[in-house]
Amino acid sequence: MDNRRPSRTVSDPKVRQVGFVTPGAAPPARYLSEVPTTAAASSPPSGEPAPPAISISPVMIPPPRHSPSPSAPLAVPNPARRESLQIQVGGYNPPEVLLGSPPLTSPSSRMDDTVSQFSEDPSMSPCDGRSGAAKVAPSFPGSSGEMMVMKAGTVGGGSNTPKSSWTTASVAKTRPGIQEKEREAFVGTQNDGAGASKTLKEKTTKAERRALQEAQRAAKAAAKESGAGVKLSAAPGGAVPANTKQGKVVKSPAQKKDGPQVANPSVSSEKKVVDRPPEKDRKKDIPPPRMQFDDIHRVEKAKRRALVYQFEAKNRVELFRHLPQYIHGTQFPDLETKFFQLDPMHPSVYKVGLQYLSGNISGGNARCIAMFLAFREAIRDYSTPPEKALVRDLTAKISSYVSFLIECRPLSISMGNAIRFLKNRIAKLPDTMPESEVKSSLQSDIDRFINEKIVIADKVIIRHAVTKIRDGDVLLTYGSPCVVEMLLVYAHEVGKQFRVVIVDSRPKLEGQALLHRLVAKGISCTYTHVNAISYIMHEVTRVFLGAASVLSNGTVYSRVGTACVAMVANAFQVPVLICCEAYKFHERVQLDSICSNELGDPDVISKVPGRKDLNHLDNWADTENLQLLNLTYDATPSDFVSMIITDYGMLPPSSVPVIVREYRRENLWI
Amino acid sequence: MARMDFEVVVLAGGTSRKLNPLVSQEVPKALLPVANRPVLSYVLELLEASNLKDLIVVVEGEDAALRIGGWISGAYVDRLHVEVAAVPEGVGTAGALRAVASYLTANDVLIVSGDLVTDVPPGAVAATHRRHSAVVTALLCPAPVSGPSDTGTSGGKEKAKKPVRCNIVGLDPTRQYLLHMATGAEVEKDIRVQKSILRAVGQIEIRVDLMDAHMYAFKRSVLQDILDQKDKFHSIRQDILPYLIRTQLNSEVSDNGVIKSESGMDNISSQNDLRWLSQHREIAPSAFQEPHAFGLKSLPDARRTHKCCVYIANESKYCARLNSIQAYSDINRDVVGEASHLSGYSFSAQNNIIHPSAELGSKTTVGPQCMLAEGSKLGDKCSVKRSVIGRHCRIGSNVKIVNSIVMNHVTIEDGCSIQGSVVCSNVQLQERVVLKDCQVGAGYVVTTGSEHKSESLARK
Repeated sequence: MDNRRPSRTVSDPKVRQVGFVTPGAAPPARYLSEVPTTAAASSPPSGEPAPPAISISPVMIPPPRHSPSPSAPLAVPNPARRESLQIQVGGYNPPEVLLGSPPLTSPSSRMDDTVSQFSEDPSMSPCDGRSGAAKVAPSFPGSSGEMMVMKAGTVGGGSNTPKSSWTTASVAKTRPGIQEKEREAFVGTQNDGAGASKTLKEKTTKAERRALQEAQRAAKAAAKESGAGVKLSAAPGGAVPANTKQGKVVKSPAQKKDGPQVANPSVSSEKKVVDRPPEKDRKKDIPPPRMQFDDIHRVEKAKRRALVYQFEAKNRVELFRHLPQYIHGTQFPDLETKFFQLDPMHPSVYKVGLQYLSGNISGGNARCIAMFLAFREAIRDYSTPPEKALVRDLTAKISSYVSFLIECRPLSISMGNAIRFLKNRIAKLPDTMPESEVKSSLQSDIDRFINEKIVIADKVIIRHAVTKIRDGDVLLTYGSPCVVEMLLVYAHEVGKQFRVVIVDSRPKLEGQALLHRLVAKGISCTYTHVNAISYIMHEVTRVFLGAASVLSNGTVYSRVGTACVAMVANAFQVPVLICCEAYKFHERVQLDSICSNELGDPDVISKVPGRKDLNHLDNWADTENLQLLNLTYDATPSDFVSMIITDYGMLPPSSVPVIVREYRRENLWI
Repeated sequence: MARMDFEVVVLAGGTSRKLNPLVSQEVPKALLPVANRPVLSYVLELLEASNLKDLIVVVEGEDAALRIGGWISGAYVDRLHVEVAAVPEGVGTAGALRAVASYLTANDVLIVSGDLVTDVPPGAVAATHRRHSAVVTALLCPAPVSGPSDTGTSGGKEKAKKPVRCNIVGLDPTRQYLLHMATGAEVEKDIRVQKSILRAVGQIEIRVDLMDAHMYAFKRSVLQDILDQKDKFHSIRQDILPYLIRTQLNSEVSDNGVIKSESGMDNISSQNDLRWLSQHREIAPSAFQEPHAFGLKSLPDARRTHKCCVYIANESKYCARLNSIQAYSDINRDVVGEASHLSGYSFSAQNNIIHPSAELGSKTTVGPQCMLAEGSKLGDKCSVKRSVIGRHCRIGSNVKIVNSIVMNHVTIEDGCSIQGSVVCSNVQLQERVVLKDCQVGAGYVVTTGSEHKSESLARK
């Protein structure tokens, strides 16, 4: 056991997240059983000057397309050149960068070309986006899914990494030297004119780097404006993806650092302001600013609009006042009573709302499916009122349904993505289409979404994940994630010999139901609560977890307690595999679980199941100085995640932005 | 489309033997006045308050149907859209439903008994039903405390021995699912709990303090199937509900029902669609929590279950059924007393209702929790306590009325004393009659000076 213990203890994630980290606190070594050399490589070589260089994210985002420098004048390439470039590299392609050792002689020039080609080409077709997505895949050589195999052909001979399963998660870290060089080259291109490359190389203080970032951003903004003319002359449809890409480019500095997740909130928020383009489509992509529930005026306003009577929550926890307070206990009977009085609501939507409110449906997938099935029925029964446009009226209807559902329970990120998909589909409907056709096409869209993004995605995930289960494994899971359950059942069916440790926690105790079902299937299980996690982790060889969402900095947003499990697993050098469908990915960057979370029923944590005699907290709400906090989610830093298994294959957490970008694109263009 | 995909059937049964001599040919049970309003109006107004305006009222007997229909069309002329259906007498509640089942089209049916006086919102029952996608949801309410405690010798000893109607109800620990229900004669027998249900749930809570309020939400397809297949079923409470509870782990109905509703849901019922639906259902058992699936059931078995749910009314809600004379006087007392919001009248400062056209003689007192309807005249030195007096009654002097119900057009001559009694319409009480705990049928004449105690007086 001892040899598995890390040489360095993992420092507290809260501490590590703040700012840049000194070399001493470099990210912990990963558990790389198959590649012994990596252990050495992961600790920084003595000569390396800056910690962020140690672990550059595999996802390299190219520099801004319009270099502000006069030495690199903006050259609008002729179509022929573009064409040839496209054939050569096929869009700006992350995979080669991802592989860590691309066969480039002059990375800077090549990247420059790629980038200019990419961003200048406004008519970037959706197929290109897909090919880009396809190229992500081969960069994970360990994966054996059919998708991977199929797509491996698109990029020839790019993979020279070892064919092991676990190293894939951290390939980028194995070659710090090369990455460093490449990065420098990058930086060079980026800051040619500004002459700031030196500063970056010998970076000293945070303030300086910050200043540099500001400068870059200003330059970029200028470039964007200058480029606007070019863009406008191009086809308007094409302008969108290019622009989206640019938004990503701006975000790149935050994503480059893998080890210490540096992207201080102020920077990211500023960024949002900067890169919000005027285009309508873009606006739609940006999630509306979250409601801050400590803003009295807005709360009042929302209350007046609300169908469900909003009660004042008692004893609010000061730090979490900005979140929607849990008021189900008083809300639920009220909503039930009004069952027949809420006129505009479709019965099936109402039913789903009730089920959310009562907790009958929980879990990202189940909620999403239930919502979509309700919408599907609502669309089926929909008829356009006279003198109204279907597109507008239906969108308004769906929005009202969604706001009703939000009143019942805050939306999960997966549902947000799904709603965005549906609204996009509605918006893209041609005006001339007859109503019946519109309805059937939307219904089939919904069917397809559920089928492709959830049902089949789960199957693909299971097929991928089952390759990671070997005979004799002891698998740990936390709570009752439905994908993991399906995975365990499937693995059992294909005859793998393994044992399951189910870790559970109060108050939901979802693991008990999972335990029942797994035991009924004949799988050997161990059940424990999360307080015994460090005890049980000794015998565990793999940790499989579910996720509510994976954010673009690789943070896994999941059921509260997941972070704890992942951290302990990491400390014991046990690989942590997150099973998450790609539709749950989100471009948001979140560093903590405070700014965005969901509050659960505070009453349930005051009770101990099976112990009715423990009633010391029965009237806790009367005690003014006592506040109970029942958080629903937490954020697991990407350091603790070895691999994310999605329907697009198995990725390191740092590759999430690629999926977000490519998948989103595909989604918009179906 | 029916509101929220619910249709409402009100079962306003015909006459009831237990309520003799209060009910008669002229006054079917549904029209029995409670605080001077027909009891059916309480249900109809409850439904109206919930925005349920399309109702089907099923009445036993052509005659009664005509009367009830006439009353409804007069009272609710442009407020409700009511269809009154008459069924032959003695078909039972199941038979009544069978008669109207073919007209039902909505997904779910809400069935309300016409003798229910409650303020439990039907929406709550419907919402619970919907939320669980249950086959049946029953409203249970705390059993009323029987009998007025302050009359002392109330009701006679025979009644006190046998509490109102007590159900034995088995619930799961979360109190959402109905696992056992013993009604009527079964209450007296030993409780037999199905082993399979007990094993699946692990723990059953047996309650005797709950009463089945006869408000049910049924899944329409299942209800119709049962009514078609089991033509011997006579009553909802004694046949259909126990049947559904008994078979909830080994369902014979829900399979068809589920498939029907599912295929009905598909506009584009291509093969592909059905496939994903079935796939979705495969996820469902793990995703949707279902306590029944806790047991040793494998998935195909879990799919053969259906849910019988309950909505347990809050203690603070009033809920009573008019199914006995005792209940009748209790409800009358409560509606003008503690559950006064149900009556729909506004109370005076003395906490009673005296119609402006009522005339009171000198030194006559009307106490709190009393009701005096229009056109009634009281002579001098009368005393009315906790009683309801109907329209156009003529009451002489020195009359004491305590804890009683006097219906319309009753003549009470001087010196009478009425305690804990029910006096129906057009009754004449001659001088110095003393009634205690009596029921006087309509049109009866009680002769001068007679004294009755715990008797039922009616015209032969």
